[in-house]
Amino acid sequence: MNWKTFFAMLHRDGHVARRNLLPMLVQNLLQPLLLVFVFGRILTSSGMMPNQYKNILLPGIMAISMVLSGVQGVAMPLITEFQFTREIEDRLLAPMATGWLAVEKIVAGMIQALVAGLVVIPAAWLVLGSGVTISMSQPFEFAAICLLVALFSSAGGLALGVSVGQTQIGLMFSLVLAPMMMFGCAYYPWSFLKFFPALQYAVLINPLVYASEGLRGSLMPQVPHMPLAASIGALVAIDAALLVAGIQKFNKKAVS
Amino acid sequence: MAIGIRTDNLRKIYDTPPPSAARGAGFSFASQRSGAPKEKKKKLEVVALDGVTLEIEGGEIFGLLGPNGAGKSTTIGILTTRTQPTSGRAFIGEYDVWKQQVEAKRLIGVVPQRPNLDFALTAREILLFHGAYFGQSARERAERTEALLEKFKLTDRADHMVRTFSGGMMQRISIARAMMHDPEVLFLDEPSAGLDPQTRLLLWEIVRDYNRLGKTIVLTTHYMDEADELCGRLAIIDHGKIIAAGSPRKLKSSIPGGYLLRLKFESVPGELAAFLKAMPGVSEVRAGGQGALDVYADRGGPLIGPIVNAAQAMGIELRDVHIAEPSLETLFLHHTGRSLRD
Repeated sequence: MNWKTFFAMLHRDGHVARRNLLPMLVQNLLQPLLLVFVFGRILTSSGMMPNQYKNILLPGIMAISMVLSGVQGVAMPLITEFQFTREIEDRLLAPMATGWLAVEKIVAGMIQALVAGLVVIPAAWLVLGSGVTISMSQPFEFAAICLLVALFSSAGGLALGVSVGQTQIGLMFSLVLAPMMMFGCAYYPWSFLKFFPALQYAVLINPLVYASEGLRGSLMPQVPHMPLAASIGALVAIDAALLVAGIQKFNKKAVS
Repeated sequence: MAIGIRTDNLRKIYDTPPPSAARGAGFSFASQRSGAPKEKKKKLEVVALDGVTLEIEGGEIFGLLGPNGAGKSTTIGILTTRTQPTSGRAFIGEYDVWKQQVEAKRLIGVVPQRPNLDFALTAREILLFHGAYFGQSARERAERTEALLEKFKLTDRADHMVRTFSGGMMQRISIARAMMHDPEVLFLDEPSAGLDPQTRLLLWEIVRDYNRLGKTIVLTTHYMDEADELCGRLAIIDHGKIIAAGSPRKLKSSIPGGYLLRLKFESVPGELAAFLKAMPGVSEVRAGGQGALDVYADRGGPLIGPIVNAAQAMGIELRDVHIAEPSLETLFLHHTGRSLRD
């Protein structure tokens, strides 16, 4: 394995990401933070929502931001680079096996997702005001969940990026991402779906459920959440499946 | 040591629309339909290469000449790891291109038919990062980048994003990028398409200079003069098959007679064809239908007078005359019955 080439490509992605840092942060964080402000601040201050809702909302917003950064940081560039201009070709011609380029994209995407997720905590905390109780009693679980969510975000970004064409980007947002975010238990804990039994089981195919619930369980154990082991197990399985499918499809798409 | 290239009976059949490498080409070759008879939707199969065997020697400038869709870009795609052959093998030096991709990629530089630059970067960054991908030290890549920017007259635009560049500038930075890691073999897929005549001459000079360093150059073109001027040897490819190969001079001398007279009469009775065939210097006469006759001969103009007289004596009107001197164009016509530009 040619690590010099690998790190040069990581350096390239980092360079491009830094150049687009501000627009990227706005794209990934503005919408979630506005949601935090409306639901977490306005509605709780007015008494429409209990103060406790802030603690339910914050981990969900963190999960959404991380997943969106995977789409913005991996899927969108890949769609552009694989379109008719074939911008990715210079890296496909570098002396490294094709699959490693997919791995490099995943590593770069994970770094971006982790940055996006960790920025949300202080930002949301500021927006939400008093009443947010973050627990750091389970640092290892929290770190493991963060890494797994970041991997889900970037491996999912890879799988989407190599499956979706330039003309289907709008469709991807409305057909894949919007339902995923609404039914991803980001705005409510999974247990609250008990009044909709069919839905409660249907949403279990949504990876974002485990991301939101896992972050909730490791960051705010005082609010209702799934057992951490269930979230971790599901995320490991989903990550592995996306990784294998994404890299396979990438390899196929890379050659004609 | 100069690196040679070998291909062994390469075949490529696309079952989806041919992608990047060969895109832009109008596919004119025979398509077949396949699949079990039960299949409702039959798959379209496009035969892009049909048994291409080539031997390119280390240190030569080799040209692939053919019309659009002949299989030039597919051949380059296979030789540069970007296209998987359906069957057959290709070697860069001692490495099997498909099985030892990383080793093969170290030896080659590729200038694609259409610039595939990294549009997120500036011209200077494109070269710097390309050097880094190939493991060059920071100092080495900085030096080479400056030298190449200077050579390709891009220094004053070096820090601009390449997406703002004109077509010619994109082509120049593409070539500079392909040379950045000092590859032993340089592939250029229709390098002068879209270049102005001046830049084209600059390109030829750069290609020759690079070749003088002992590097192997493979280029595709559909310009006769480019093949004639630049290539030590070339292969003419059409419908995915090599129809002739050799040095331009040898290829041209292989055409019977050398000169080609394309004549058009109002009609062609047998006696006229027989008369033409019997004329001194004429080696071959081919009927093209609707009064068209192609006459291969060892001279051009001097034959016209007698032909006009004979036609008049037989009461046949001569409607059009075109004389082509020995060239690759006539060679192509001789082998395919079509003009390269058709």
